[in-house]
Amino acid sequence: MNTADQYLKTIYVVQEQEDGPASTGSIADALDVSPASANEMIGKLEERGLAEHEKYKGVRLTDDGILRARDALQTYCIIERFLANVLGVEEFRAEARELEAVIDDTVAERLDTIIDRQPECPDCFDPETDACACLEVAMAPVESE
Amino acid sequence: MVAVSVSQRIASDDQLARLLQIGIVLEEVVEARAHHHYRGVEADLDDEIEALLADAAEESADHRERLESLIADLGVDSVPFDEIESLVDARYGRTKPEDFDGILYDQLCNEETAYKFYDDLIEAIEASDAEFTIDRDHLLRTLRTIRAEEAEGVSEVTEVMERR
Repeated sequence: MNTADQYLKTIYVVQEQEDGPASTGSIADALDVSPASANEMIGKLEERGLAEHEKYKGVRLTDDGILRARDALQTYCIIERFLANVLGVEEFRAEARELEAVIDDTVAERLDTIIDRQPECPDCFDPETDACACLEVAMAPVESE
Repeated sequence: MVAVSVSQRIASDDQLARLLQIGIVLEEVVEARAHHHYRGVEADLDDEIEALLADAAEESADHRERLESLIADLGVDSVPFDEIESLVDARYGRTKPEDFDGILYDQLCNEETAYKFYDDLIEAIEASDAEFTIDRDHLLRTLRTIRAEEAEGVSEVTEVMERR
């Protein structure tokens, strides 16, 4: 997942949570970057027709942006599920965040063939816990460390 | 929402080992699906596709061993093949290809996905200035060799698909 997708995913989650445009400050906080960096990327997303900036309000994703964001969120869910249920990683949230930039959608789709994801994904994503709400974390068969 | 880091670099041995484990799982998925294809259309499988699947399974096993040797040097365990095989078994019904074209297409996806994975992994390692326990040159050499073999695999499957 590239950096733009990580931003789209974050903006989507924030705008859903706030039920309106996402402020640059909330996006920067969620991504742990400076507001200047967030502004720069938001500008790029606007140029690509994926987001719209509303003055004094914040950023809202376009329909294309929402589609991409939902794909990115789904990829993130797949990585979390894979880590938790196949590899038995306890810190699957932290690791998913570390790994998401290196795991491409096509790779996630292959991993998806061996995990049991729910049909409502990615609507099952819970921003408070930063994880899929349907994810059952059981002691997995494989522990690697 | 919890803060996420926007980084595309690999910062530690643990992160590297985890990515190599994912590589192993991808290879195991290829191997297990190739076995399934054999079984699924056993009676009608023609020689060319059979040879292609056998080569793919053998190549995946070889890649897996090379990745296993890297992560063993990092002090991390591999992911047992039978675990992955049983997961493929459990989910296979939902995603199995319908016919020869489907099998070839599935195989193409496998090779392309593996290529993309190694390509991204190599790029992320190259961008990282972290010191790993294992020799960086050996690591990159191994991964580049595997990537080249995946690229060959993509060409081979594409060639068969175009001819048929």
